[in-house]
Amino acid sequence: MTAPLDVQGNAAEAQPEAVLAGVEAKAIEGRSLGQIAWMRLKRDKVALGSGVFILFLLAVAILAGPITKLYGHDPFIFNSNLIDPNLGTPKGAFGGASTSHWFGVEPINGRDILARIIYGARISMIIAFLATGVSVIIGSIAGMAAGYFGGWIDSLLSRIMDLLLAFPLLLFAIALVAVLGDYSAPGLSPDNTRVALLVVIIGFFNWPYIGRIIRGQTLSLREKEYVEAARSLGAGSGRILFRELLPNLIGPILVYSTLIIPTNILFEAALSFLGVGVRIPNPSWGGMLSDAAQGYFQIDPMFMVVPGVALFVTVMAFNLFGDGLRDALDPRSER
Amino acid sequence: MRRRSLVHAAVAASAIALVVSGCGGSSSGGGSAPKAAKNEFNAGVTGVRNVSSKTGGTLNLIADSDCDYYDPARTYYGHCWDMQRLFSRSLMGYDAKPGESGLNAVPDLAQSAGTSDDGGKTWTYKLRPGLKYETGDTITSKDVKYAIERVFAGSVINGGPTYYVTYLCPTALNSSGGCDSYKGPYKDKDPNHLGLSTITTPDDNTIVFHLNQKVGDWNYIMALPGSTPVPIAYDQGPKGGAKYTFHPISSGPYMFQSYSPGKSLTLVRNPNWQASTDPFRKALVDKVVFTIDTNDEDVDNRLLNNIADVDINGVGVQVSTQSKILTNPTLKARADNPVTGATRYLAIDQNIAPFNNINCRIAVQYGVSKVDWQTARGGPIGGGDIATTMLNPDVKGFTHFDLYPDNIGQGDVAKAKDYLQKCGKPNGFSTHLATTTTTNGKNMATAVQSSLKRVGINVTIDAGRRSPTSRRSSTHSRPTGRPSYGSSTARSR
Repeated sequence: MTAPLDVQGNAAEAQPEAVLAGVEAKAIEGRSLGQIAWMRLKRDKVALGSGVFILFLLAVAILAGPITKLYGHDPFIFNSNLIDPNLGTPKGAFGGASTSHWFGVEPINGRDILARIIYGARISMIIAFLATGVSVIIGSIAGMAAGYFGGWIDSLLSRIMDLLLAFPLLLFAIALVAVLGDYSAPGLSPDNTRVALLVVIIGFFNWPYIGRIIRGQTLSLREKEYVEAARSLGAGSGRILFRELLPNLIGPILVYSTLIIPTNILFEAALSFLGVGVRIPNPSWGGMLSDAAQGYFQIDPMFMVVPGVALFVTVMAFNLFGDGLRDALDPRSER
Repeated sequence: MRRRSLVHAAVAASAIALVVSGCGGSSSGGGSAPKAAKNEFNAGVTGVRNVSSKTGGTLNLIADSDCDYYDPARTYYGHCWDMQRLFSRSLMGYDAKPGESGLNAVPDLAQSAGTSDDGGKTWTYKLRPGLKYETGDTITSKDVKYAIERVFAGSVINGGPTYYVTYLCPTALNSSGGCDSYKGPYKDKDPNHLGLSTITTPDDNTIVFHLNQKVGDWNYIMALPGSTPVPIAYDQGPKGGAKYTFHPISSGPYMFQSYSPGKSLTLVRNPNWQASTDPFRKALVDKVVFTIDTNDEDVDNRLLNNIADVDINGVGVQVSTQSKILTNPTLKARADNPVTGATRYLAIDQNIAPFNNINCRIAVQYGVSKVDWQTARGGPIGGGDIATTMLNPDVKGFTHFDLYPDNIGQGDVAKAKDYLQKCGKPNGFSTHLATTTTTNGKNMATAVQSSLKRVGINVTIDAGRRSPTSRRSSTHSRPTGRPSYGSSTARSR
């Protein structure tokens, strides 16, 4: 990551892989770093597959309403007739899975599991992406400022990061949600307030991770010639930060975003599992796992398997995609 | 929702009988010996499992919370009243027999049931001879009188039933149901602290109650733990009064050895208790240890693994444990499904719009699917029968009555919508529902939410928090003298 992404030409010298690829092309042409990264990513089938899965998941999350309508089951509607009243478990094998209820129904209330998984995906994605956005924005700005200005600004921001990293986040999150649990912010329903609260908690406490990485990158980048050049041409700090440094930091920011997202998905699931996640009856994967863990996994394993697999596959997809993206953007970095 | 709970008997099937029927089925109280029940599902409901007369061993009790009080005059939890039987004896008591015969009040400290010559205004009891406290002191009728006087001292002795105040106040009750003319033994002008004029003790074995009105079921009121004798000198000392709850002086077969509130209670044999003076307690075990374990799933697991003998809460196992028991023939054979004394209902605050309109409350009554709620609690077995009255079928004199028939608990959407129309909210409304954070609490709340959505009432669930709704309802004055569980409720079974 030594040059801006938009520098073109002479790539053949700098990037031997581009030459190899270019031999097959009719004429040797220069490629931007972005193009090269995309080319490498295309070669990494695992990362590409994960990327496709993530896109699919995003589509499902965005279209949760229409999809469940098409599927024919509402995630909030009880189907008591599918439940053995005394056992509380779904009638039939595999958690009541049938051609109508593909992944079966929940014990006790008979709500369709697939519909709840789909709505749960939406909650997971909303919280994970928004929280990641919060982390990335705060982390990038603070990291760049600390790295570029140095001095007391660096000391102050670094100590704040140390403080936040040392903070008992899970305990704090539980306490905060418990205190503000049923509070509804002006203009927001209690449900949405809770989602916003989770976004803020998860996002705010995760920014030091990305902040430290950006600070380190900025420390080395600020000594580069093009920064010197910009400075000698009279560019102000703002321009250097956002026009010279930021474009060169896009790589690590992207990579770490894709790696933070699964962490955030897991964190939201953990909070829901502990009973301080989204409000009932809104579905969330962690909440479903939590319900299943109340003894149902022994008598109705499907109830735990389905959200567990959904969580596992999603987190793995994001991790594999993040790894692939890192390899593509910066092949020299070690795993 | 009437609670019929699956009580798991674990190893100590006799222990279940111990709690339900007080220290094993005894036959000394007269009548036939208890039917030895086979070890099969529900055997403990009508019989005693593993009848035994062997002594020794430790009984391990468990529950998810500590008792409100151990002071016999202050406790009001049903399962704590059961606990009281281990160390408190009142004038009357419930017979230790399975099934319906356990519903009868029989003499405990008294030689025979109280008698009245004037149709229920004056009741006379005679104590059995040879009754002693754990201290070795003799129990006299003055101690019983003193114990009942304590209930008048509402600022010190509170929490328990107050029937005594209602029926024994020498003058008319004040507007809040209290007694102005007698303020309890701690403010008594009498040097012996026995100043209440409506109870007389002609001799140390006789006690006479002069009630201010006719009360037909006085023998049942005397079966409450409140008439357990309290040693006067001890209660007037530094460990008495409000502190009496930490070590009540035992009149029963067991006495306090150690108690750490919220954690555990250990009871050992009371050397001064004599089986010959006790009509129904068998007291076979040497020691009783009560452990408080706030994790309900853990409580169930301890029962299943024979670490604990009885969950004294007696409200049944968790829904998931219930499925485990019902699908395992060995476990099922050790389980019982008795009708418990509890009725679950949905409390609706009349002060909060739109529930200040009765039609809106009736709409909720018809809208809620009691079947879904029942399923959330464990179906017909764990969730109990669907109640149509506050009284339980295991109360003597119960008759079935249903003011709001709704398709056997399914709810009646059409009628609910009719009443919404009458209430002026034809399109429904939004409201809040407070519940606990337990699995059961959330499941029940979700069931109410889902079924009310059918009629257009949108419910927001506030789990784990007393909502403003319920806080406001506490400003209602509670009619004193009657255990009133929510006077302001449109009862939703």
